[in-house]
Amino acid sequence: MSIETGYSKPLPHLTATNRPFWEGARQHILRVQCCGDCGEHIFFPRPFCPNCYSSNLQWVDMSGRGKVYSFTIVHRPTVRGFSQDAPYIYAVVELDEGPRMVTNIVGCPIDEVRVEMPVIADFEDITPEIALVKFRRSVPAIHG
Amino acid sequence: MSLKGTAAITGVGELKPSRDPGGRTTMELIAQAAVEAVRDAGLERQDIDGLVVAAPMSWSPMVMPSVVAEFLGLQPGYAGLVDLGGASAAGTVWRAAAAIKAGACRHVLCLSGEAQDPKTFYQQQRGRTPPGLSVREFEAPYGPVVANTGYGLIAQRHMYDYGTTKQQMAKVAVDERTNACANPNASFYGKPITIDDVLGSPIVVDPLHLLEIVMPCCGAAAMVVSRAEDATSTPHPPIHLLGFGEQVTHSIISCAPSLTQSPIAVTAQKAYQMAGVTPGDIDLASIYDCYTIMVIITLEDAGFCEKGQGGPFVQEHDLTYKGDFPVNTHGGQLSFGQPGLAGGASHIVEAVRQLSGQAGERQLRNCDLAFVNGNGGIISEEVSLILGNSL
Ligand SMILES: [Zn+2]
Repeated sequence: MSIETGYSKPLPHLTATNRPFWEGARQHILRVQCCGDCGEHIFFPRPFCPNCYSSNLQWVDMSGRGKVYSFTIVHRPTVRGFSQDAPYIYAVVELDEGPRMVTNIVGCPIDEVRVEMPVIADFEDITPEIALVKFRRSVPAIHG
Repeated sequence: MSLKGTAAITGVGELKPSRDPGGRTTMELIAQAAVEAVRDAGLERQDIDGLVVAAPMSWSPMVMPSVVAEFLGLQPGYAGLVDLGGASAAGTVWRAAAAIKAGACRHVLCLSGEAQDPKTFYQQQRGRTPPGLSVREFEAPYGPVVANTGYGLIAQRHMYDYGTTKQQMAKVAVDERTNACANPNASFYGKPITIDDVLGSPIVVDPLHLLEIVMPCCGAAAMVVSRAEDATSTPHPPIHLLGFGEQVTHSIISCAPSLTQSPIAVTAQKAYQMAGVTPGDIDLASIYDCYTIMVIITLEDAGFCEKGQGGPFVQEHDLTYKGDFPVNTHGGQLSFGQPGLAGGASHIVEAVRQLSGQAGERQLRNCDLAFVNGNGGIISEEVSLILGNSL
């Protein structure tokens, strides 16, 4: 448990490879790696492209927009720290750029979350070093 | 390489699952099942010259085959470990046959089991995931609940894509429970349930209810896989391995190619092809059922119905041993219990019993060909087997 914050849930460990992701999150920027050779967006972070094995990777900023690929509402958590949050929304979001990531949908009543619902990244500051990438409902852009 | 006709299951041993191991260790449970299987095959310790162990969850897999071999007084010419989650037990069977084909051994013990304290099951996951792995850095902070959340996500997307209903999923649990009520060794023997019971049980991870989720327990299973030439005078009819398929596609759910189309489409096809059979030839589907949705997805991807039609299929067919399409006649893991990786073995053991006419009250009248599936992780690791009582 972090003594300063009282936060008792698991936190990510920064490694040389994933550090740019979490540094981006801390600045409320969602960024993933992109392969300079095959163009693949890569999530989770790796030292090489899992598609073509190139190590020519750049970190690029995402739009932060995506859709709920699927979700489940957790009523009975088993891991320390999550009990007070239940029921909470555990989801896989598919970013507009392609990659999928596990996350929570926040600020949305549990009976209103839907598959394919448009969402946008919403960062939760946890410690001075870590902000988690969560998502909230987004209003689709109105075209007119 | 085809393994058709290479090897047969000549003996099985299976402990009745229990919630409490009664002071016995994982090693002791596994060994007890092993001794039963060797006796069942009409063999002696000296005959066993191969060993494949499914890695228990509560035990570091460090040099496990030698530890198990020593405990059982074996000095095998082939010793392996399979670490494919729920698909491990099915994975041991074709690896045993492959080792036999390579000439490494003649009689292979395939073992799985777990002695876990039900009170601490969720804390007792093997070892510690090292920092930097995707599951620890990119899933754990968001509150996954063992495999439950993964299958909640799968069920939700299946409902969205194909209109599968909660009633259809519940029907799987009800029919399997009917089967368990004809299996005195099942954890939920003598406790029939209705669709209302399932839908009225607590929601664990919406849309999945408590009665749609396996109960972790203690137990063990063992199978003797013998070279076909050495399986001609065993006490029970040899149950031949006719085909297999295996595929691993991902580990964490965000990397799954799909949440509703599993690699079983590939593994089942490979297994049918090797066996020279089609889904229409199968008499028993003995398929991994960690959650109700997994049965529906497996029936679709193994070709028993069209993709997306698994929900209507389970609604329209009687999946019990008395029914028109028998599935998991031992009760499935949902009603038999999930003794760690021996849960996956329960589908193989039941297929052997049905194919050899040893299934007692729940014996199917015509059962010559079984489709068995093992599923690991979050539809991550799949092993399909075709077993039959003739070549
Ligand atoms: Zn690439």
